[in-house]
Amino acid sequence: MLYREAGQFKTNYVADSAIFPLREDRIGLTLIILAAYALAFLGNSFLLQAVMIPFLVFSLAAIGLNILTGYTGLLSLGTGAFMGVGAYACYKLMTAFPDVNVIVWIFASGFFSAAIGALFGLPSLRIKGFYLAVATLAAQFFLQWCFIRIPWLVNYNVSGALDAPLRTLFGIPIMGPNATPQTRYLVVLTIVIVLTWLASNLVHGRIGRMWIAIRDMDLAAELMGIRPLQTKLLAFAVSSYYCGVAGALLVFLWYGGAEYDVFNINQSFFILFMVIIGGLGSLIGSFFGAALIFILPIILGIVLPAILSPFGISVGADVIEHLRFMIVGALIIFFLIVEPHGLARLWQIGKQKLLVWPFPY
Amino acid sequence: MRAPDHPVMGKGDVLLAVENVSLGFGGVKALTDVSFDIRKSEIRAIIGPNGAGKTSMLNCINGFYYPTEGRITFKGVKRPKMRPYVAARGGIARTFQNVALFKSMSTLDNIMAGRSIKMRSNFFWQLFRHGPAMKEEVEHRRFVEEIIDFLEIQHIRKVPVGRLPYGLQKRVELGRALAMEPELLLLDEPMAGMNLEEKEDMSRFILEVNQQYGTTIALIEHDMGVVMDLSDRVVVLEYGRKIADGTPAEVKNDQRVIDAYLGVAH
Repeated sequence: MLYREAGQFKTNYVADSAIFPLREDRIGLTLIILAAYALAFLGNSFLLQAVMIPFLVFSLAAIGLNILTGYTGLLSLGTGAFMGVGAYACYKLMTAFPDVNVIVWIFASGFFSAAIGALFGLPSLRIKGFYLAVATLAAQFFLQWCFIRIPWLVNYNVSGALDAPLRTLFGIPIMGPNATPQTRYLVVLTIVIVLTWLASNLVHGRIGRMWIAIRDMDLAAELMGIRPLQTKLLAFAVSSYYCGVAGALLVFLWYGGAEYDVFNINQSFFILFMVIIGGLGSLIGSFFGAALIFILPIILGIVLPAILSPFGISVGADVIEHLRFMIVGALIIFFLIVEPHGLARLWQIGKQKLLVWPFPY
Repeated sequence: MRAPDHPVMGKGDVLLAVENVSLGFGGVKALTDVSFDIRKSEIRAIIGPNGAGKTSMLNCINGFYYPTEGRITFKGVKRPKMRPYVAARGGIARTFQNVALFKSMSTLDNIMAGRSIKMRSNFFWQLFRHGPAMKEEVEHRRFVEEIIDFLEIQHIRKVPVGRLPYGLQKRVELGRALAMEPELLLLDEPMAGMNLEEKEDMSRFILEVNQQYGTTIALIEHDMGVVMDLSDRVVVLEYGRKIADGTPAEVKNDQRVIDAYLGVAH
């Protein structure tokens, strides 16, 4: 049989508490990772530059927000700003210390957004839900104001924009105008895989359990000795770290340069929608959410004219654009009604059904 | 299960003393001048009609409320004003009247979450789920499996607790509290809403925890049969005041208790 639990016995607790206890899952994951790397050599530069790199960047940001909103239950609308902190920190670091490899600075930039995130997470001890969301809006507006008003952040660049300088890894340009989409894709893919793996370790261990405990029943968690403030601030810090790295990748490995307004409130909402539709409290859901919200419109833009033309309907690009919005919007509503817990839950249900297929249970 | 690793007090020493405790919320007095003690390794029942202040008393003991007057001494030390997690770290565990489990987690994870305060490995190892983090995970898993065996919930180990029937949820909640290896276990209506068989099981678990591991238990319960059979001593509250304190037999025959439960003709 293709996908079965039967016959896979666990003889120790390490094997039993593995993140992917099923052999089929492990094989599937390996295949997906291999396929993702193969894509760098098979895909054209449009696919890599306009689809895959942004998809991975948004997935990473969605993982970040998912740690905060999905796992710890703290609603945040400051994602865009925390991404911005990462991008600006990365810019400052790599222009101040051009000799250090830029990969180091991409990872280091996350620490700055983690610190800022933890600072703006302080109100979370006293306020929850929508009120916390409003408090994190303060971060969004204040930080965006900083990006505009503090010219030091962009090294007194008159345009006020961040631009990606030329940076190399093993002599190959990975950043700046000379870097090919292929190399940038490989760098982004590797960073996203590493960070996803670390996030998955965190959420499956003690810290993840503490986060979920705070989300599910904060009073009971506190009565079990879990310190609410430390746990929530840790979630803010880790979440903002991921957002910060995603922000740095977004500007320097996708756009190649950007202004403050990429980190506006729309960006925060965009990521939040990905998390909600993908599935709160699920890492794979973050990827699903990013795919649905970001890739689906692109696919529709290509597929719709192809579907409509055999019927003799030729429509302008503007109509396609409108149709795209309508279809994506309708699909979002459809998925939320079918499964309010997001695509990740659908995926899980599908896997459970497959385990016992062809029997109903 | 291992014995608690806190400094051990002898059986019969006063583990927790409540002295002249009053608790008010604005004009409402939930507790007035209540004093009693809980001795090491006993089962102490707190009973009383609805609204007598029993749960408020437990909330005071585990730091969820702070008494407006009076003091609480735990293990011979007067407690400062403190947060619930400090009480938890001091060795007080608790279950709730309406089950307060982490609904999306499995039984196993719920009980593992109860071990959180015992786990020490740092963030770095947690990130890699390797070395000390994994070693610790396995070590505590072993302990949790003992609790799972003890409570006979092996078959629901990996089921999210939100899907479990009420009786089993109560049992998992007891397991989560036991995972903290508490010195004082507060049970808020552990048998509420259970049928006879489930009550018998739960009573058996409570007695076994008390006798085998010497855990001190304070419980609130409305089923008088259970209270009289399980507890060593009973304290009776009515309208926030203590009206009786003593062995089940003494309390049962106390005129004020009978009046409180049956009402008096005026």
